Amino acid sequence: MAVAKPSPFNPDKTPHRLTMKGISKGFPGVLANDNVSFDVRPGEVHALLGENGAGKTTLMNILYGLYQADSGSMSINGEPVQFRSPKDAMREGIGLVAQHFHLARRHSVAENIALGLKGTPLIYPVKALEQKIRTLGTSYGLAVDPKAKVWQLSPGEQQRVEILKALIQGAKILILDEPTSVLTPQEAESLFGVLRRMRAEGEAVIFISHKLDEVMEIADRITVLRKGAVVATLDKKEASPESLARHMMGKAVAPLRPKTKPPLDKAVLELNNVWVKNKRGMSALKNVSFKLRHGEILGVAGVAGNGQADLIEILTGLNQPSEGHILLEGKDCTPLGVKGLFEAGVAHIPEDRNHMGIVPSMTVAENLVLRQYRYQPFSRLGLLDWSKVTEFAQTSISDYQIATPSKETLTRLLSGGNVQKVILARELSGEPKLVVAAHPTYGLDVSATALTHDLLLKQRERGAGVLLVSEDLDELLKLSDRIAVLFAGELMGIVDASRTSREAIGLLMAGRKAQA
Amino acid sequence: MTFLGYKLEPRTKPPGQVVFLYSFAAVLVALIITGFIFMAYGLNPFSAYATIIQKTLLNWRGFSQVLLKSVPILLAGVGLVLAFRAQFWNIGAEGQILAGAAAAAGVALFLPLPAPLTLPAMFLAGFIAGGLWGFLPAILKVRLGVNEIITTLMMNYIMLYIVRWLINGPWKGKLVRGFSESDKFPAQAVLPTFVGTRLNWPTLGIAILFVFFIFFLLSRMKLGFEIRMMGESPEAAHYAGVSFLTTTVLLVLLSAGAAGLAGVGEIAGIHKKLLEPTSISQGFGYTAIIVALLARGNPLATLATALLLGWVFASGDVMKVALRLPDQMTGVINGLLLLCIICIEPLLRYRLVRTKALPNSKFKETV
Repeated sequence: MAVAKPSPFNPDKTPHRLTMKGISKGFPGVLANDNVSFDVRPGEVHALLGENGAGKTTLMNILYGLYQADSGSMSINGEPVQFRSPKDAMREGIGLVAQHFHLARRHSVAENIALGLKGTPLIYPVKALEQKIRTLGTSYGLAVDPKAKVWQLSPGEQQRVEILKALIQGAKILILDEPTSVLTPQEAESLFGVLRRMRAEGEAVIFISHKLDEVMEIADRITVLRKGAVVATLDKKEASPESLARHMMGKAVAPLRPKTKPPLDKAVLELNNVWVKNKRGMSALKNVSFKLRHGEILGVAGVAGNGQADLIEILTGLNQPSEGHILLEGKDCTPLGVKGLFEAGVAHIPEDRNHMGIVPSMTVAENLVLRQYRYQPFSRLGLLDWSKVTEFAQTSISDYQIATPSKETLTRLLSGGNVQKVILARELSGEPKLVVAAHPTYGLDVSATALTHDLLLKQRERGAGVLLVSEDLDELLKLSDRIAVLFAGELMGIVDASRTSREAIGLLMAGRKAQA
Repeated sequence: MTFLGYKLEPRTKPPGQVVFLYSFAAVLVALIITGFIFMAYGLNPFSAYATIIQKTLLNWRGFSQVLLKSVPILLAGVGLVLAFRAQFWNIGAEGQILAGAAAAAGVALFLPLPAPLTLPAMFLAGFIAGGLWGFLPAILKVRLGVNEIITTLMMNYIMLYIVRWLINGPWKGKLVRGFSESDKFPAQAVLPTFVGTRLNWPTLGIAILFVFFIFFLLSRMKLGFEIRMMGESPEAAHYAGVSFLTTTVLLVLLSAGAAGLAGVGEIAGIHKKLLEPTSISQGFGYTAIIVALLARGNPLATLATALLLGWVFASGDVMKVALRLPDQMTGVINGLLLLCIICIEPLLRYRLVRTKALPNSKFKETV
């Protein structure tokens, strides 16, 4: 079956590995896929690009047999096919690496791959497999120890297991759904290496993403979906990030608001020798001191789990430092809780926006006052004034262009970008002195990301201090005045964003102190 | 998954009519099954129901019995609605009813108060005692994370034995000879009733007022907003700066206090003495759970659901006397009701839709 050697392909002469023609799929109230045609050739990485809700996942679920299309047809290697379940799809050589992994965490890599594999012997099911995993692993650059337990693996390694699983099941068409969302920049780079080798081996890869840069880096062809329909299918050579963004959104992205004035000299936030203990009693932050000035965006970089979450918790009152002091405009606010810090002018854009940032079962109007309901004018003598809440909701919805059927709509029905707009509208409404933003654009589409960036820059212009924690280095470099890097709870250094590089930050993130 | 061309699809939120219709159907199914039980006893279910309806709904004396049984489960039930909205699973209404009854009895028997103050003092004492009986589980939950289902349930038994100890020990009546009960309350500690019935109107009034108060609390008051936040997303409530301790203690005081009021009504209105705990409350605290669940978090709906369960209790008496069915029929019907209500849960969360492919032409219009 394998299409010979890693020699260069001539894609135009080989028949399409997969053709989807005129696929439509409706759900109550939405047409998720509208007459979509899509194909993949062997030896090609075909990116499926689109904002959240553009219909990428629906299309792939149809291909993987999870949904049945209302109309349209599919063929593999020219043969018409119909999938009633993922089993049918797998039999035809389709493998899916989902955004969230489906692995049994207590079992080994080999055991996970053996699970559901046809022809697995009843006794010692994994013996023969281990060798196969090693050979396949080396040939594709997907090295994993077959005996390792899944819970010991990093997200990047777990993803490799998923890819290996698909390959061993005989996948000839591999679907990767937002594969880089859980990876560090280095891990993403090594994934692209794997994909390049698979391309050379004649595999067909469908790469789903909403990130323009990585699509430009890895794809051979790019199909852009918008509102369920194909807007364009382009060769990489004809595409540019700008043209792709325009196709995705139907309009050009506004350039970032320029920074017109430098930060003021006065510090809005000051941390003095702060130590924090986490739930297991270990030091999560060690002797951290820094100043954040009015009108400044201080980025915080670091590999996930190096103390960023703990820093956010003490700044927003969800936790207290075990030692040291937090000063807000020179006043000690260390012991203030959530309420006290909010009253002192600290806005918090939380990382987990659906569980912490909103109450999903409450209306948009209610969520817009989730933190200020207890103050005038929204409440007086223990009674809520719903007319004031409604008024505030109306202004917020129009000011922040929150796409919601009404202010009485349950917030869980909104898209991720609109949920974030609700949170931003609420947190920024009181003209805060300090904005603590945790991964504010994680998982958002291009236009919601642009809006979030613009709002944070606006706060900076206004003279607020912004502490921006993000795992997206490009975002940090674009927005921050300075970038602080955390490693194992220690502050490795603070660098000037305009005079640093990804590499320099990468070294700090890996725990190497900055040279003076 | 499709089956015979139909499949289940999750609903975003079931519309009000659907909830009502399905709940009504669930009640109907439970009553139909009860009909078969009548048949097993050799009764014609239609004439059995006719007798029950005639004796409970079609004359004032009968209907006053329905109201009489509805009052305690309405008070306790609306209290539970409040607790359940905050995800505080108070299973302890039974004990809280008894706590209220015991405290009111203490006031009636031993506190020399001017006559017009006695009844208000009894209600106040009952409310506080009920509330305090819920206080300990509330503190244990917020401070130590102890599961309130277990603590509130266990507190029921503690109060049951406290009341038994009272009526056999220190509060045993001097004039009752062998019986385990207190002396009769003085006249100033007995609630007035509607003429010709045993139904006392003050507790009925308090119960209805309390229902509207809880409705107002949840929809208009700051505390109600905090209770809903805490119940619907604890993480967001922390983030918003809601004090879990204050909010939980307040809501439990109200929830358990309501049950305490129900206890006062039972002894000051009907029994006029403190007596065997299973006679003070015939499982009203547990029935209140059904009242609250059937009301689905809506305090006003308890007016209807408490009436329904009150009717079941009153029918139980009719079945015993007129149809010679055993006492346990009330429990059987309550159980069937609860079972049927739980069974419609999936229907409220999902709906059946046809999986027929939509015709192509439909898409062309939208393109």
